[in-house]
Amino acid sequence: MSTFAIVFYTLMIAASCLAAYYHRREAFLVLFSLTLASFLMGLLGGESWLRTVAIAIGLFFACAGLAYSFREFLAQTLPRETAKIMRNAPLTASFGLFVILVYVVAAVFAPVIAPHGEAEVIGSSYAPPDENMLLGGDQLGRDMFSRIIYGARNTVGIALLTTALAFLVGSLTGLMAATLGGWVDQTCGRVVDTLMAIPQLVFALLLLTIVGTNVVNLILVIALLYSPLVFRLARAVAGNIVVMDYIEAARLRGEKTWYLIISEILPNATAPLVAEFGLRFCFVFLAISALSFLGLGIQPPTADWGSMVRENATLISFGEVTPLIPAAAIALLTVAVNFVVDWMLHLSSGLKE
Amino acid sequence: MKDVLSLVAKRLGLGFVTLLVVSIIIFGAVELLPGDLAEAILGQAATPETVKAMREELGLDRSAPVRYVEWLGGALQGDFGVSLANKRSVAEQLGPRFRNTLFLAAVAAAFSIPISIVLGVLAALYRESVFDRIANVATLTSISSPEFFLGYILILFLSVQNPWFPSISSVTGDMPFTERVFVTLLPAITLTLVVIAHMMRMTRAAIIALLASPYIEMARLKGEPRWKVIAVHALPNALAPIINVVALNLAYLITGVVLVEIVFVYPGVGQLLVDSVTKRDFPVVQACCLVFAATYILLNLLADVGSILSNPRLRHPK
Repeated sequence: MSTFAIVFYTLMIAASCLAAYYHRREAFLVLFSLTLASFLMGLLGGESWLRTVAIAIGLFFACAGLAYSFREFLAQTLPRETAKIMRNAPLTASFGLFVILVYVVAAVFAPVIAPHGEAEVIGSSYAPPDENMLLGGDQLGRDMFSRIIYGARNTVGIALLTTALAFLVGSLTGLMAATLGGWVDQTCGRVVDTLMAIPQLVFALLLLTIVGTNVVNLILVIALLYSPLVFRLARAVAGNIVVMDYIEAARLRGEKTWYLIISEILPNATAPLVAEFGLRFCFVFLAISALSFLGLGIQPPTADWGSMVRENATLISFGEVTPLIPAAAIALLTVAVNFVVDWMLHLSSGLKE
Repeated sequence: MKDVLSLVAKRLGLGFVTLLVVSIIIFGAVELLPGDLAEAILGQAATPETVKAMREELGLDRSAPVRYVEWLGGALQGDFGVSLANKRSVAEQLGPRFRNTLFLAAVAAAFSIPISIVLGVLAALYRESVFDRIANVATLTSISSPEFFLGYILILFLSVQNPWFPSISSVTGDMPFTERVFVTLLPAITLTLVVIAHMMRMTRAAIIALLASPYIEMARLKGEPRWKVIAVHALPNALAPIINVVALNLAYLITGVVLVEIVFVYPGVGQLLVDSVTKRDFPVVQACCLVFAATYILLNLLADVGSILSNPRLRHPK
């Protein structure tokens, strides 16, 4: 047994004992099952596996600590009402908020943070990491790190734009269908049913074959394919609102349909729509990354996470992790948004369980 | 019983109509091309004569409805025309690949369905405990990761750093069954990770929704153990939503294979589709889309019929 293994096991067992001593049942269960699992890993894979496990555990606790302190920070600095909500937020939510903040900073200040240009060739292809190129070079010798930073701007920006477009189309038609009713409602409903009967990725591939692959077409096609889901939700939410008395009153006052939608229905449908925006953003973001990964989405030389994975995938067979970093960036943002949306849904539903 | 049959028949009829409309969309989408198919294939440099010859070869001189009926008739008999890229019959290329895709989806389903239902029941049984919370975070993470991320992580750990599985799933027709399963294992695990989260969360939610009902409270007051309350009393009543979510995820498995097939170079329909999209090989793209859409609609139909059959309130309407 090496020193590393001895130190690792001692720390794990000590932590489990501490948790047991202070009657933290859940913490104890987690720690002790982790200890048992790492015994098994150590036996199976030797020290290299044990190191991986130790790094994973360390990362997990680092994230938890970060989330905890960020929550505390927000609770201390925000005005009282918001601080109260923040203090009761789960750790996952504050972690999500923190990650989103980091992405926003990276996207806004990309030219300042990135040491090199987006499409600037500065080294040999697949150059190993050094102090000039933090993560090494990509297949053309461009700086991986700078491209990942710029990717925050391009990939997330395009996904946001697409989601916003899908939302505009979907929610407006949904609210309109609910308010007008009758044949408008029926037609919209049938069209949406048909659009949703074809798997989205497959439909996107079909449409992109026809209109050709460029960013504008990509945004339009994905927005078109994801608006039916928004339509359904908007229609369902608005359907419950249009039967209310105050809508009836507004109708009797002789208000126009447009006024009804904007001033009477929309304000009461915002909460579910905002949560839906977060969820839809995740799906749109994943879809765009998938298409870029297939080489049919955002086109080079624009730095984009999906296509970066594809371009550098050969490195994986040499045991390199660099191609996984852009993929991890995609996953991390989606996880973060999902955590926040989960929390918001919980808040708006008022559930205590 | 008669009502159920008419309900199911109605649902099947609706599914058939949807399929017809979808086939019209798939066919019609190509008609929306600026200019027409012949011009799109030949590009801008083509002379009017070559375009005319191409039009005649593709049969574009006839009207669209006539060609649609011919195309659909052919497709129903398993004839999808000829590929533009290599002049081979589309059905010939599609057939073995579709069997491969179904095989991959079946292996993934064989893993994911039992695991996710067991995990869902456990999460409902020990809800609000550490296990439930960890499962919640883990499933959210796997739901949020793109398929290629999971796939490459598996390749990195299970085939590059520890050479246990092949990183490229080259399946051939004459492979013995066990070897075939072994080669398909990595893509199947990737797919399992993707769909397990959704199924598990739905199972958990379906069971928890039932736990507030009076008959569950009664069972608990009788002094039955917790697992028995859930397995014997709650689970059978949660079957309808579970069947539904299983069928939906099977549909997802069939279509979600596109990315996984690309990552593992698995010879399935998804790979063919992506290849043909880059080559703008319209007959193949149309055929792949039709096959995917038909499978998707069929499985959605099964989900609906399954939930009608498993719900006594729908079986015996008042």
